[in-house]
Amino acid sequence: MSSTTKPEKVYSVREITRLIKLQLENLFPYLCVEGEISDFKRAHSGHIYFTLKDEASQLHAVMWRATAQQVAFELENGLQVICRGALKVYEVRGQYQLMVEAVEPKGKGSLQLAFEQLKEKLRKEGLFDPEIKKKLPLLPKKIGIVTSSKGAAIIDIIRTLERRFAKLNILIFPVKVQGEGAAEEIVEGIDYLSRLTDIDVIIIGRGGGSIEDLWAFNEEKVARAIFRSPIPIISAVGHEIDFTIADFVADIRASTPSGAAEIVIDKKDSFIARIESLEDKMSHCLRYSVQDQKQTVMNLIHNHVFQNFKLRVLNLSQSVDDLETRVKDSIKNMQQQMSEVKSNAFLLEEKAANIMRCMLQNFMAKWEKLSMELHNLSPLNILKKGYTLCWKNGRKHLIRRIEEITKQEKVTVSFYRGEFTCMVEGIDKDKFIESRIKKQ
Amino acid sequence: MTELSFEKALEELEGIVKKMEEGGLSLNDSLTLFEKGVKLSRFLREELEKTERKIEILLKDEKGKVKAKPFRLEETSSKEGGSDSGDDNDPPF
Repeated sequence: MSSTTKPEKVYSVREITRLIKLQLENLFPYLCVEGEISDFKRAHSGHIYFTLKDEASQLHAVMWRATAQQVAFELENGLQVICRGALKVYEVRGQYQLMVEAVEPKGKGSLQLAFEQLKEKLRKEGLFDPEIKKKLPLLPKKIGIVTSSKGAAIIDIIRTLERRFAKLNILIFPVKVQGEGAAEEIVEGIDYLSRLTDIDVIIIGRGGGSIEDLWAFNEEKVARAIFRSPIPIISAVGHEIDFTIADFVADIRASTPSGAAEIVIDKKDSFIARIESLEDKMSHCLRYSVQDQKQTVMNLIHNHVFQNFKLRVLNLSQSVDDLETRVKDSIKNMQQQMSEVKSNAFLLEEKAANIMRCMLQNFMAKWEKLSMELHNLSPLNILKKGYTLCWKNGRKHLIRRIEEITKQEKVTVSFYRGEFTCMVEGIDKDKFIESRIKKQ
Repeated sequence: MTELSFEKALEELEGIVKKMEEGGLSLNDSLTLFEKGVKLSRFLREELEKTERKIEILLKDEKGKVKAKPFRLEETSSKEGGSDSGDDNDPPF
């Protein structure tokens, strides 16, 4: 009925869509929406499309490329975010959607999330694996540094280095360490220094600051540059509590710039102390060896089985003492030589060392001959096989024939080790050892 | 002789000392090891003395070519002293 009185207004789709667009866009020129990201798509153009959803509803969202590039962290399905922007109607599809101008993760800062995401990504890729960490050289011939030429970091590093080791070769690649373009400069510095053949180790870093200040060291391109460097890298960013992605990828993390200097080279004094201790141990061992050898020879000499070679042994004993003194002197000379190292007196020392070596070898040959002789003379070799020696008169007289023994006489029988004393009960002067062996 | 590195030499010297400390060597072997050790320790001491002091900074010229120039710590640390000669303030890059 009413249709006749008042003609019904018929909109075209275009008209009504236009009206809705005007109304809606007027109503929500700016709004914040919280939700979970789903159906995330990044188009070839760089624009991002996704749906914000909660338990009940969904809202289409779009983020243009320019905005998308500003987002520090990785947008992904399942992420709870707060989006800011305007409501727009896309007339072609008759769809309303949120045009996102800014996004941040819910509950934490976007830099914090970006840090966690990149850390996880690189960890999965294996950039932090302990097995691929390069070993630092003990004594770097040339140290590369990538940092600002103006900050406190460079002063701290150089001062600490020079305190530890006065004469060092250092090459600085100055870079911006914060703000626009900092990451790119740091990458350039790492790539440049790591291509030089004479650099042994690189320190990258800066002094402390806020997470934003340190951000360049959290960027993926810096992490990749550290990773591809064939030269070991020490990262020293901020203070002890600051951890950056660079710290995880670097071969070693130093807590501060001066800490990096302490890691890169040990104190010169410690090096010298270490070498000295090794020299001392060596000399000590050699002396012990000499002593040991002497003891062996002396034991032979003083063994009572040598009664019959007394005169010869006396001579030998003297030679041993003589040799010992000479070897000891040689060691002393060598030690003196070691501590008097100066690069300009090379040739002379080389000569001295050669003479010393010849002398020592000569001693050695003599000594070895001596030991051999003694060895061959020694009845101990035979005793070792289980034979024994018989003595009488309280071990003063070695019994060589049966005639030397009388009944009821006390004799001592010596093994290689140990002896016993016994009483002669019976004597058979004609029995040969062969007959006894046959019987058994 | 192939080029010996500092750590290689130190490692070798430590190996020699370990062997000598384990004992059971003939005097001749001990002496041979000792001689080798003396050579190594000499090399190590020489390497420590070899280093020369040189601190340089890489600067880019107008054409963007990188060149190493001497770097003086004093310039940077005494910046607050106001003794800047002007070119100090130029950003290096």
